[in-house]
Amino acid sequence: MADAAASPTGWGRTGGGGFRKPSVLPGFGITLGFTLAYLSLIVLIPLAALILGAAGLGWDGFWAAVLKPRVLASLQVSFGAALAAALINAVFGLAVAWVLVRYDFPGRRVVNAAVDLPFALPTAVAGIALTELYAPNGWIGGLLEPLGIQVAFTPLGIVVALTFVGLPFVVRTVEPVLQELEAEQEEAAAMLGAGRLATVFRVVLPAILPALLTGFALAFARGVGEYGSVIFIAGNLPMVSEIMPLLIVIQLEQYDYAGATAVATLMLAVSFALLLLINLLQHWMRARHDA
Amino acid sequence: MHPRTRSLSAFLLGTALAFGAPAALADTSLLNVSYDPTRELYADVNKAFAKAWKAESGETLTVQQSHGGSGKQARSVIDGIEADIVTLALAYDIDAIAEAGRMNKDWQAEFPNNSAPYTSTIVFLVRKGNPKGIKDWEDLVKPGIKVVTPNPKTSGGARWNFLAAYGYALGKAGGDDAKARDFVGRLFRNVPVLDTGARGSTVTFAQRGIGDVLLAWENEAFLAVNEMGPDKLEIVVPSVSILAEPPVAVVDQVVDRRGTRKAAEAYLRYLYTPEGQELAAQHYYRPRLAEVAARHANRLPQLPLFTIDEKFGGWSKAQATFFADGGVFDQIYTPGR
Amino acid sequence: MTLEASFGASAPPAPPPAYQVRSESRLVRAALIAVALGFLGLFLVLPLAVVLTRAFASGVSAYAAALTEPDALAAIRLTLTAAAIAVPLNLLFGLCAAWCIARFEFRGKSVLITLIDLPFSVSPVIAGMVYVLLFGLHGWLGPWLRSHDVQIIFALPGIVLATVFVTFPFVARELIPLMQEQGSDEEEAAVVLGASGWQLFLRVTLPKIKWGLLYGVLLCNARAMGEFGAVSVVSGHIRGQTNTMPLHVEILYNEYNMAAAFAVASLLAALALVTLVIKTLLEWRYADELAATRRH
Repeated sequence: MADAAASPTGWGRTGGGGFRKPSVLPGFGITLGFTLAYLSLIVLIPLAALILGAAGLGWDGFWAAVLKPRVLASLQVSFGAALAAALINAVFGLAVAWVLVRYDFPGRRVVNAAVDLPFALPTAVAGIALTELYAPNGWIGGLLEPLGIQVAFTPLGIVVALTFVGLPFVVRTVEPVLQELEAEQEEAAAMLGAGRLATVFRVVLPAILPALLTGFALAFARGVGEYGSVIFIAGNLPMVSEIMPLLIVIQLEQYDYAGATAVATLMLAVSFALLLLINLLQHWMRARHDA
Repeated sequence: MHPRTRSLSAFLLGTALAFGAPAALADTSLLNVSYDPTRELYADVNKAFAKAWKAESGETLTVQQSHGGSGKQARSVIDGIEADIVTLALAYDIDAIAEAGRMNKDWQAEFPNNSAPYTSTIVFLVRKGNPKGIKDWEDLVKPGIKVVTPNPKTSGGARWNFLAAYGYALGKAGGDDAKARDFVGRLFRNVPVLDTGARGSTVTFAQRGIGDVLLAWENEAFLAVNEMGPDKLEIVVPSVSILAEPPVAVVDQVVDRRGTRKAAEAYLRYLYTPEGQELAAQHYYRPRLAEVAARHANRLPQLPLFTIDEKFGGWSKAQATFFADGGVFDQIYTPGR
Repeated sequence: MTLEASFGASAPPAPPPAYQVRSESRLVRAALIAVALGFLGLFLVLPLAVVLTRAFASGVSAYAAALTEPDALAAIRLTLTAAAIAVPLNLLFGLCAAWCIARFEFRGKSVLITLIDLPFSVSPVIAGMVYVLLFGLHGWLGPWLRSHDVQIIFALPGIVLATVFVTFPFVARELIPLMQEQGSDEEEAAVVLGASGWQLFLRVTLPKIKWGLLYGVLLCNARAMGEFGAVSVVSGHIRGQTNTMPLHVEILYNEYNMAAAFAVASLLAALALVTLVIKTLLEWRYADELAATRRH
């Protein structure tokens, strides 16, 4: 994007070991200093304390704490539910983005604005509202109960909550790419006789794939760490519907600091890996876009 | 680092410390950190005691409350929540606080009746008409019965539930530890939801309609029936249960630092007075004072109750055997699925 | 035109306009719109509707009583206080970070940007837990804090810290790309003309970024007031003292007090809706001055 344009002289990294490119603008020292100090105080030092705590357990202690069946089960629940929810969001989020970009219908702008609701609505509110809806005596749960489908207090409930919190990600990453997609390719494909379905699959989908994957990864990352909306609806049954963040809280509550520290460190590593993956995807997306 | 940056971080730290200073309260305040089902009881006790204290000392006193699973609440006290008083579900959780150095280790001798001003027991709560015909502990392990109880790792009530079931199986003709383990193992295989606190379980059962039977504190069961209406729920009293003694204590480290010992001790003594006992009985706790108990005898069913000391050799032993990491609960629960 | 003309007068079917080639049959369109709206209705409209219905289930007076009860008022006050401290701190941070990142080239910049993003991907529970490990009585700094009579966790500072952590990147994430796109030519010109640092910021930079700044603050504030997981770990849940609004919702919910729980929840939902409205207005009116609307 415009990043490169911001450095008019094209300063490279070869500047004889210089830490930064000279500039006439003031305030570099103080702003960078404050940024680093604040970042360290609020984020880095506390996280480092966590990692040091885990390091204190030693390799054996760490793996012993992490490889417990209950921890592994919660890992499976968290990842499985986040994956399912991200997949649901990839499919339906794509449909929503498509409809919002390509079609015109009454109330389109309002719908477009409403997509961001899960970003703005506090997770605890979402949690009790979804529980109320999907409990066996709720509006939707009451309809599903006769069919033998139970959502609230089962892993399915976790998927519902995570679908809610991850809903905007795919829509918001795919939307702009879909908007800027050049018409020529699709037209050319159509002229060459490709059916609409073939055009969509061969031309449109590959073009938006990086954005779709980014949105998917963002929704997945959010889902793995989510707590507030899930604990109300999950039922919190160990080995079945207990998510990792809740397990950390429970371990803290039963004085198992070592266990909580180990599991939290594992989650932190996963978050960091996902963050790097998302950065890579975004790079890919931009590279694709600029090309 | 740039000098101005340093002063900025000093400023930040300063702000943090300034906000960190305990808010100066004009009048005395106490914090009572308690377990889940006592919300309604202490809401009343706090009001009544504030009035009594005003009359006695002229001081205006407010008592603040925090509720949660008993184990979790003990953890908060250990981590430094400024509780003047703890009123928890079982002695072990207060022992853990004492172990962490926040109070005198022989706290249990400081107030009468092992520092437990009221007792309770564990009963069953079922849906109106008892559609599954649940009469006693034996019915809980039948296939297809869904039993709701909180998690013994975090909830005190759940530990009483567990020990009540275990004690029942142990006390049966020919009962031994192996049979009792098998019994609680089968019982917990019937548990579909494991909340972290007693109140969460009650909401799951009563409000969400999950499960056929809730193992609950007697007072919690009565409260649920009153809240949801006797046309929805009813209480089943098993043939035998456990005598639960929820203890109270003053957190020495906190009251000495805050200078609130006098008020805190008076607060706990108030629980033993006829007024305090009456409030406990009104909230379906079993009072210690015979005269108060007699007044409420028709509300609280008579059933044989065993104590933790006679069956399990006290809380420390029971905690280590059953609820510690790798203990009986972990063995019967984790691999079962 | 020439293409069309060459088809002559044989009344050929006009080549479909581009949007028709790029579109689907009516049936598919209708079905797709139905699927998309059905999905959004299920996940966005119904939860909001259930909050409002349950909030007023026991009548308007019960609703008002639930919101004016002392513990609820204390929770509202605490939530406002925590946001009033956390948001300006993150605003200041966002400005500093955006200034040094967008206006200067230095080594390790991309690492710095990644680290600023980190709080977004860390579970809120961990955000709360790290402060317990640091400041808890058995944490690293706990004993020292206790001997100096300072309470961090289970008090306002802990709640503020947890809130700052989870809302850390909001302002910076909005400002950095915006200021990168805008470039620094104007600022450089102002410096050459002799502007001081403050003049530069107030007269040149701030007017260019004010809507983006507002946008970031808005999102930061919504999250700050609504945070549950991180604050729950450090709060201690003392009624009337360390309960924020979301925590108060949970407590009421656990006390069978559904109407009151949903009443307080409806207040938070209203906050979310107001946030959405202002955000949308900003996007409509000042799209060019926001980074978020043209990030890709």
